[in-house]
Amino acid sequence: MTGPQTGRLSFKLASTMDSVAEVEAAAEKLTHSAGMDEDEGFRVVMAVREAAVNAVLHGNGYDPNKQITVSLENNGKSLVITVADEGEGLDPEKIPDPLAPENLLRGTGRGIFLIRSFLDEVHFRQLHPGTELTLVKHLTPAGSNDASQDLDTK
Amino acid sequence: MALSISTRQLDGVTILDLSGRITLGEGSVQLRDAIRDLISKGEKHILLSLGDVNYIDSSGLGELVSAFTTAKNQNADVKLLNLTKKVKDVLQVTKLYTVFDIYDDEAHAISSFK
Repeated sequence: MTGPQTGRLSFKLASTMDSVAEVEAAAEKLTHSAGMDEDEGFRVVMAVREAAVNAVLHGNGYDPNKQITVSLENNGKSLVITVADEGEGLDPEKIPDPLAPENLLRGTGRGIFLIRSFLDEVHFRQLHPGTELTLVKHLTPAGSNDASQDLDTK
Repeated sequence: MALSISTRQLDGVTILDLSGRITLGEGSVQLRDAIRDLISKGEKHILLSLGDVNYIDSSGLGELVSAFTTAKNQNADVKLLNLTKKVKDVLQVTKLYTVFDIYDDEAHAISSFK
């Protein structure tokens, strides 16, 4: 691949846990090709997986008629990952703080928090229908040595 | 790699040796069922050995919390042993590190139940 698409991969997947595994594998490949160390790579991959789970489970509700749309990009300065669903939409302002004492022992509600904790930027966009999350992880100088190399396409 | 669970008894403590991933669709349900089974049998001292757990997600964290609260409600204790760096990282970020009793040494963990 050459030109503006260099280092970018996008695809649509069914609303299944197999798709989550596929997105996770693509994120692992992205972080590895960017030269991230294991700990940083783990955090990015985990955040991407959480976003994919949210899209498949909470966004699309495993609906076989709905898909998730994923893109992963290494632009040389950052890793930029988008995950979009076709659900009813998510208002990030209404997500309870999982660190609040009254929420600390809840069994759910930590996914978005982990995404925000592990990445440098997280943006929400309403698609009507659906929600798109954009996840950004800035590359450190050491990690950007291999930047902009092509990702394997599926 | 899915979650595998093996159970052993030592000095009145039930130790679950977990290996693999505790995630939605993989290990979460297995862990929930194992804990509920022990609680229903009246086990009061449960130690989750996580030294071979290489991945946990928000669903897996939820199962650990549910195990903790379910046990407390039955006057039982669930404690954690041998966290990997990744699991420790996630527990710290979510402040759950402050909720659980966590040990690096099995003998010390077992004696803590007495």
